[in-house]
Amino acid sequence: MADDSNSGNSDNRQPLLEMANVSKSFPGVRALSDVNLELYPGEVLALLGENGAGKSTLIKMLGGVHSPDAGTIKINGQEIRIDTPTASQQAGVGIIYQEFNLIPALSARENIFLGQEKGALSWVARSQEEEAARELFDRIGVPVDPNALCRDLTVAQQQVVEIAKALAQSAQIVVMDEPSAALTPREVEGLYAIVDELRRQGIGVIYISHRLNEIERLADRIMVLRDGQHVGTRNAQDVTRDEIIEMMVGRSLDNEFPDEIRPVGETRLVVEGLSRGAAVQDVSFDVRAGEILGIAGLVGAGRTETVRLLFGADKPDAGSITLDGRTLTIRSPRHAIAQGICLLTEDRKGQGLVLGLSVQENFGLPNMQDFKRAGFISKRDESKAFARFVDQLKIKVTGGNQIAETLSGGNQQKVVLAKWLQRNAEVIIFDEPTRGIDVGAKYEIYLLMNELARQGKAIIMISSELPEVLGLSDRILVMHEGRVAGCLDNENVTQEDLMRLATGSKEVVSAQ
Amino acid sequence: MMKNKYIRVLLVDYGMVFVLIALCLLISLLTISDMQPEDPGAARKLAASLVKEAGADINVLVVARTTAADKAFANALREGLEQGGAHVVGVELGDPTSLRKRLELLGQQDERLDFVATHDFSSKWRVLSSQSRVEMASLYPALKNLKIAKPPSYRWPTFLTANNLIGILNQNAPIAIMAIGMTLVIITAGIDLSVGSLMALAAVVTATTIQSYLGGKEAGGWDIAAAFAVAMGVCALAGMFAGVIVTAFKVPPFVVTLGLMMIARGMSYILAGGADAVKIEAESIGTLYSSSFLGIPSQIVLMVLLFIAAHVVMNHTAFGRYVYAVGGNETAARLSGVPVVAVLIAVYAICGLSAGLAGVLDVSHFGTGRPKAGEFYELQVIAAVVVGGTSLMGGEGKIFGTFIGALILGVIQNGLNMAGVDSYRQMVIYGTLILVAVLIDQLKKKVIKPTVKLAKTGEFDSF
Repeated sequence: MADDSNSGNSDNRQPLLEMANVSKSFPGVRALSDVNLELYPGEVLALLGENGAGKSTLIKMLGGVHSPDAGTIKINGQEIRIDTPTASQQAGVGIIYQEFNLIPALSARENIFLGQEKGALSWVARSQEEEAARELFDRIGVPVDPNALCRDLTVAQQQVVEIAKALAQSAQIVVMDEPSAALTPREVEGLYAIVDELRRQGIGVIYISHRLNEIERLADRIMVLRDGQHVGTRNAQDVTRDEIIEMMVGRSLDNEFPDEIRPVGETRLVVEGLSRGAAVQDVSFDVRAGEILGIAGLVGAGRTETVRLLFGADKPDAGSITLDGRTLTIRSPRHAIAQGICLLTEDRKGQGLVLGLSVQENFGLPNMQDFKRAGFISKRDESKAFARFVDQLKIKVTGGNQIAETLSGGNQQKVVLAKWLQRNAEVIIFDEPTRGIDVGAKYEIYLLMNELARQGKAIIMISSELPEVLGLSDRILVMHEGRVAGCLDNENVTQEDLMRLATGSKEVVSAQ
Repeated sequence: MMKNKYIRVLLVDYGMVFVLIALCLLISLLTISDMQPEDPGAARKLAASLVKEAGADINVLVVARTTAADKAFANALREGLEQGGAHVVGVELGDPTSLRKRLELLGQQDERLDFVATHDFSSKWRVLSSQSRVEMASLYPALKNLKIAKPPSYRWPTFLTANNLIGILNQNAPIAIMAIGMTLVIITAGIDLSVGSLMALAAVVTATTIQSYLGGKEAGGWDIAAAFAVAMGVCALAGMFAGVIVTAFKVPPFVVTLGLMMIARGMSYILAGGADAVKIEAESIGTLYSSSFLGIPSQIVLMVLLFIAAHVVMNHTAFGRYVYAVGGNETAARLSGVPVVAVLIAVYAICGLSAGLAGVLDVSHFGTGRPKAGEFYELQVIAAVVVGGTSLMGGEGKIFGTFIGALILGVIQNGLNMAGVDSYRQMVIYGTLILVAVLIDQLKKKVIKPTVKLAKTGEFDSF
């Protein structure tokens, strides 16, 4: 015990945070039952669980959004009630939610210090705030202009502002909900440094992520929730990746990626010289039948912008798109869909689904012509078609009339996919298809992508997770600053190769 | 669990129906009063009870006023008495003076008169008062035992009479019709402030078209129909224009329609040459308003048909689905291949068209094109839509809800009028009730949180 100076110090020190037997029910759902959590100063506790396991509920209790039905919360040994977000801040809890809580029309600086003003009429010391904001960004290692409006920042930069905001509140306990989801690999490295720094400063970090390699890199202890139950908490050194997954899903997954060989056929989609401003410059590539083309690159490399041009969501300045030998002019998404090109957007909630409509209505949206009878929609036909996909894609819904908002991320993704499959899409573009989706559902999405490729469709997948790109793609297109940095056959390619291309190192390009 | 889920949706979607029913009950309770029946049915009952109680051997004089309704009453009374075997000495349709003369004549003829059968109104004439009867009895022995018979009164809410209810519907039909278009606009997360002004524009355009181009006094039914079509077309175009500005230049609908509101109102006054009303000399201008179908005024019939049509369009056509999708999430709708621009332009055009129709109904009602028509109607129309449960945030709302919303506002106004509340206090109460209605709507959405939508989805429901 004596030489146990840094980790494993849990027994003789007082926990920073102690949640004992907390339970929470919502109408019809028992979200959490008898969960125990202990967080010590200077440790990173990874909180794991599939979507719906109760992680969010647990965090929202700390954030003062929900109050527990039963159980106690102690901070520094003091039992406290956290009824409001303000109470949570005052108790020294800083929470970085997955959905940003930034005000788009205010600057980064104003967002960071929002709510910390001393009074409604107090003087805002602008230069002081600016200085403090710069320091925070320096600590995070990502320079952001403190005076830039948040709506002009990239998703990654906004995330950084969120982290800075929590740090500015000098929290003892920092909770991060999927903080790396929108960051590029380089920025994730910066995030690791931050977390390490927080740990060094004696702050307790609760870190939620679906990415197991992050957990392995960062966590001191790992706590797993499943269906609102506390499955267990383990020391990070004592568990293997497979054991963690087994704890999360309640069964063992043999492999993260489906392993299979598909016959690759004729070239179907040819893109030549596609350009739009500085975001997309002279991008050319092709996709063959039965092939999955992965597109890798850093955030801002122009990947999403490229596929938006393919889908008609934006208009290209130049370039041609040919599908099965026919040259296409794509004026709008409606037009692209009619020609067999479909896009599953990275922002499912903002762009993929109309959340207030039912799943079936969302499914029917691009498919109205299939269900028309004398000018009226046949809801019976629509329902039959949708039910087929519910079966085929194993979508978990209570019925076609379930409101899209109430579905988990994986199931929402499947509903979007169903609506394109009904359209008989020939080119299917997946933009970050597994972002925010839990491990079990991810595997199902991978299987679906493989199945679609086997049917001879041309699949394009954008992903920021390099293992995913390497695990699924037949070929990998790497983009850097709006241009194609290289296109690699996925044989013996390593993450390092991709990173070198993505960051603009030339030697690999010439080697190919 | 399944049932419970649907009850929750029902409550959220159609909870306002209960508010309407509660309001009707409340106003009914407050307006209960003595009703004095004057209809033929009451006359027949009176005849039957008179014969039953006094026997068939009676001489009766039937008395009523000269109106058509009273004639029917008197006829039914006479027939009933004669069928019962009583002797009707005469039917006096007139006023107190003519009745006095008739009674004196009967007295002089010295034929025994037992009853004057009449309704409550005429029974209160002085000539029939007990004092006057005593005087007459002293002059004429034949009138010695004269008694008055009238149908018994009963207690019933004046609110809950066919006349009043039809009146409420008729009065609110133009607003309700405009609310259909407004519902569509608000579901797309927009707003249309121009409807009241467009209503006036339609009215004035109709009037000037008839007077200047279609022969004024000589204009026939088809000419008037053509003028109506022109006016509604102008309004639809104005709406379309607003839609184009909203979609092409991304100007907020509030601002676009605020501008259009002022333009249309100004144009109405210009076209009317500054007059309060443009007179229409054509005779059949009032036909649309005054005609009826099975006793129901035509504009009520029109309103109900339009609501049914709108309901079907919104729930069973691709267009309806697109409107909800555009309001719920415009980006997602566009990326799903919804022709967002076309949908938005169509929605504003429909709203303009519905305002045009309301203007046409106004012309037919007043027989003049009033540039002042529909002032502040846009606010009442928006209130009806909002009270009907449509969210100003877009994406949700029900045509049927709007119908209920319009009725709720109409019923409140009618109830306040009946209760004799002055118009200033009416405004305060009206505003408060709108706030309360919307508050209830918000609360119930928060508390109930539906997870499904109410829609027939075939066998898939059995999940």
